[in-house]
Amino acid sequence: MSDFLNQWGGSIWQGFVETMQMTVISLIISILIGIPLGVFLVLTRKSGQAENLPVYTFLNAFINVIRSIPFIILLFFILPFTKLVAGTTIGVQGVIVPLVVACAPYIARLMESAMLEVDRGIIEAYQSMGISTPKIIWNVIIREARSSIILGLTIATIGLIGETAMAGFVGAGGLGDLAYQFGYVRFQPDVMYAVIIILIVIVQILQSAGNVVARRLKKN
Amino acid sequence: MIKLEHVSKTFKVGKNNIEALKDVSVEINKGEIFGVIGYSGAGKSTLIRCVNLLERPTAGKVFVDDVDILSLDKKGLQKLRRKIGMIFQGYNLLATANVYENVAIPLKLEGVPKNEIKARTEKYLEIVGLSDRSQAFPSQLSGGQKQRVAIARALAHEPEVLLSDEATSALDPNTTDSILELLLKVNKELGITIFLITHELNVIQRICDRVAVMEKGQIVETGSVVDIFARPKEAMTKQFVRGESRFSIPPKLLKDLLASGKLVNLTFLGESAKDPALATLAKRFDVLPSIIAGGIDQLKDQSIGNLLVHLKGEPEQIEAAVRFLKDERIIVEEVNG
Repeated sequence: MSDFLNQWGGSIWQGFVETMQMTVISLIISILIGIPLGVFLVLTRKSGQAENLPVYTFLNAFINVIRSIPFIILLFFILPFTKLVAGTTIGVQGVIVPLVVACAPYIARLMESAMLEVDRGIIEAYQSMGISTPKIIWNVIIREARSSIILGLTIATIGLIGETAMAGFVGAGGLGDLAYQFGYVRFQPDVMYAVIIILIVIVQILQSAGNVVARRLKKN
Repeated sequence: MIKLEHVSKTFKVGKNNIEALKDVSVEINKGEIFGVIGYSGAGKSTLIRCVNLLERPTAGKVFVDDVDILSLDKKGLQKLRRKIGMIFQGYNLLATANVYENVAIPLKLEGVPKNEIKARTEKYLEIVGLSDRSQAFPSQLSGGQKQRVAIARALAHEPEVLLSDEATSALDPNTTDSILELLLKVNKELGITIFLITHELNVIQRICDRVAVMEKGQIVETGSVVDIFARPKEAMTKQFVRGESRFSIPPKLLKDLLASGKLVNLTFLGESAKDPALATLAKRFDVLPSIIAGGIDQLKDQSIGNLLVHLKGEPEQIEAAVRFLKDERIIVEEVNG
């Protein structure tokens, strides 16, 4: 055990840090894009507060297209775009762009469905009190949907961790890459097992934390 | 206070046009409680939602305090809506906010100063009798309590009008009564005009001053509640007013009664209820009255008595007796099979 730790502890820790970096950075950027995009979908859809069917149809189709492409393909497919935005296509910096491109539309979808669950009656009640749409979005729709929003973000985060495993292909490292390079290519299954256990623990902690926070926010 | 002139509303559902309102005109006076009654699908809900433009009429005009509200811009409409409180069948409270916040948050969003928010929230929670539950969440409250929170939320904007969209329809009879009491109190003590829609006759009977009966997108009859109860004209009105209290007589019995005399429905209102009219009738004419059925409806300010009476005797004597009853200001209606 101590031999294993001496030999692999450093690499595993480094992989863990890289995975966390990739996940946290792309999650934050994805949230910043995905939540407004989700709000936009809710507003522009049919009988939304700012109904605009051409915009909605376009966004809807665009999100579907991106969500149809498997991440491993997307990673290479958008290389020129990545180069344009990040200035590089390799390393952690190079993988953030494809991760965001994959994750933000997913978050937008999850946000959309969370916000659509909010009772129209409550929104109407606030409209009847003469409260403006932007205030209703923040104080009524997002507030009432916050429990579902947290659960959605938990799902998105876990998905994101899975996608970071493919970051190795552009040299960004991470736990997934470690498991692949050493565990599979160099046939050292103990490294693979160690990584799998760490990933299981991370996912369990995330999901439990998400559930607890969502329950607290729900208040009923 | 509120005036709807020739209001129509057509909804497009697929390729079909559904006329929810057809040329409806109605006026609600300041300080009164005005009710609209009708079955579901009659267009009541659409009508009340035209008052604060949650629904925009396709034709016609809506005036609130003599302002043509269809001409208002977005800001103007928001300002107007703050003068008009609204409560709903489904309460529409924030599930994530406690009772206090449910009243206070809309005030905050309107930009009411902080100390005033606190003062108003406490004041109106006191009025609806929920001061001790201010930290509870809606999921911990009963239906009646939730509606009280919704009423406090509406009142906290200190509106001139309160719109009630089937506010008691989801409540049990006892809770309905207590909410109606509260609405009466709001009307009397705060002087707030109330415009309500309902399918429950009981609501009209208990608290309304005037009522309109709606059927298929149109108002078929309007009048004071007393008039509508005492002298319903339209079939739909009769169906509502008498649906519950109408005395049903077995057909065979009815036939026997009609063969041996006349059957009349007598409605007693106010003063006319105090004189012993039937006893006098029996003494003065050669007619034998027998009471087949009877009942009393309690309205907001007075009660209305109803008697189904069989008059036995010679036709000319019965005619005279009926004239006598009419002179006594009793509303007499002949019942024929």
